[in-house]
Amino acid sequence: MNAPTPAHADHSLDSFGDAAASATRVTPGNALRPEDIAIQTVRPSEDVAQYALRLGDDSLILAQRLGHWISRGPEIEEDIALGNIALDLLGHARSFLTYAGHAWGKTEDDLAYWREEDEFRSAWIFEQPNGDFGVTIARQLVVAIYQRLLYSRLVESADSTIAAIAAKALKEVDYHRDHAIQWTLRLGDGTDESHRRMQAAIELMWPYVDELFDDDELTERVGDAGVRPSTLRGEFDAEIRAVLDEATLALPAVPRASGGGRRGEHTEHLGYLLAEMQVLARKHPGATW
Amino acid sequence: MAAAPLQSVPAPRPEDQDASVSPETRAGQAYFDRIIADDSRIEPKDWMPEAYRKTLTRQISQHAHSEIIGMQPEANWITRAPSLKRKSILMAKVQDEAGHGLYLYSAAETLGTPRDVLNQQLLDGKAKYSSIFNYPARSWADMGAIGWLVDGAAIANQVPLCRASYGPYGRAMVRICKEESFHQRQGFEILLELSHGTPEQKEMAQDAVNRFYAPALMMFGPPDDDSPNSKQSMAWNIKRFSNDELRQRFVGMIAEQVKVLGLTLPDPELRFDEETGKWIHMELDWQEFKDVIAGRGPCNAQRLARRREAHANGAWVREAARAYAGKQREKQMQKAGAA
Repeated sequence: MNAPTPAHADHSLDSFGDAAASATRVTPGNALRPEDIAIQTVRPSEDVAQYALRLGDDSLILAQRLGHWISRGPEIEEDIALGNIALDLLGHARSFLTYAGHAWGKTEDDLAYWREEDEFRSAWIFEQPNGDFGVTIARQLVVAIYQRLLYSRLVESADSTIAAIAAKALKEVDYHRDHAIQWTLRLGDGTDESHRRMQAAIELMWPYVDELFDDDELTERVGDAGVRPSTLRGEFDAEIRAVLDEATLALPAVPRASGGGRRGEHTEHLGYLLAEMQVLARKHPGATW
Repeated sequence: MAAAPLQSVPAPRPEDQDASVSPETRAGQAYFDRIIADDSRIEPKDWMPEAYRKTLTRQISQHAHSEIIGMQPEANWITRAPSLKRKSILMAKVQDEAGHGLYLYSAAETLGTPRDVLNQQLLDGKAKYSSIFNYPARSWADMGAIGWLVDGAAIANQVPLCRASYGPYGRAMVRICKEESFHQRQGFEILLELSHGTPEQKEMAQDAVNRFYAPALMMFGPPDDDSPNSKQSMAWNIKRFSNDELRQRFVGMIAEQVKVLGLTLPDPELRFDEETGKWIHMELDWQEFKDVIAGRGPCNAQRLARRREAHANGAWVREAARAYAGKQREKQMQKAGAA
């Protein structure tokens, strides 16, 4: 469960500097950064911007949740791993929000810190509380399998910026998925206690799975720039069923929650999350950091 | 090694002549003395005096514990960082600290004490860590002050440790120092942005510097005349410069940098003494230093409670991982047996 190391381990001193300290796994220099998107002049259409906003909000809210784990993990290695995943997601969020903001003359920070709760477009699973490590892993499992399927389709997006962000994100969520699967196997097929906790965690998350695959007017309008969520469901079910099987866990039979995040209707959890995330920025309107 | 000049080997000492000392020990001690005299490196499998092993195990594990406890004051601001870029930098930084903890525990393990044992010493309150992390990070500007002053002091302390006589420690420090210098830069940048921002932001920055200045200077340890272990550590080439020497050097650095920030250091006595070529700073409150070390600082109880809580909450996860690994091994063996 160590943080992944580069394939070509270079032990010379040159490899140790700030480049190695970077949290991203993509070689600095050819990675698409939010700053690169900020200087692009391409303005997305309103629909593409709204679509990018959803993708950005999903990752931002989950990064915020995962960031809380750092210094609280079950092992130092997990502080690093969950921190890495949070950083990757924050990077994706920054890119998508920056791009979306181009349509409205707003920056990533305008969108993250100055929108109200009902203006966020993330699905409900992303804002679910961390719970114990099992709950966090159950949430990661669902999200990482979903995001990997999504990004592997979005690399073909008709919108070249979305495609480029997806290409970078895909390499990273591939690791997130592996991390979540490895832990699901260990917790599911570990001890009686871990099995019980992991089964409960999967059941806790399951009501929020369906919303991820709901089509709506925006996903229709955005067309080839996006992915129709319902088309990912079959593969998702097959993948997660295989993992749960191997982990000796049962596929839950619980009803779905109504959802509504894509319309700005959220669970009670999001308000607290945003209150904490936004408090300092809002205390100092107009300030830069 | 082979070409080392003979005169660098110290003269035999009385204990070397002691008949109760085995020839192996005597040969080991001679080799060790020669390595130290040559300013070369001791490696894990080399013979070394017990006291050297003990001193290093203590120092490296304290250093590792400091990295791990030191994650907490900064993690305190990850969820509230005021911009996404700052949030991302802060997360990466705290994550680096976890990584430093890991390299250092690994370096300590090469001396023979497993990480679990070292970790238990921390949880039991038997091991020390840097006192600085027992101060609270009250404002966002503290992320700047911690980076600039605390990481700055750590670098001043640690750069000479890259040449420490114990190989694994020195090599771990090389990597850590590179990352720390990035940490210090980001801290300075936070303060620079604040000190050139709104009046409230500048006030926040000055307040943070005021609170972290003296504790950062205390990070170099007690004054030389009250630092009993320093002499031996210097003789062993673990420590290269005295506490006071490093402290005044650091003060000189930040005295210049603070001007760029447009802030001040809360030290009316700070000046460069032309005669000695050294920086003079105010008398530090060593009673406070001792109090914090003894557990009476603002956050000692909170920091340890958080570490214990994380460890206890993770117990079932670690047990699951062990149980799973056991099951996998069994399956492998069954497979091998069947074949």
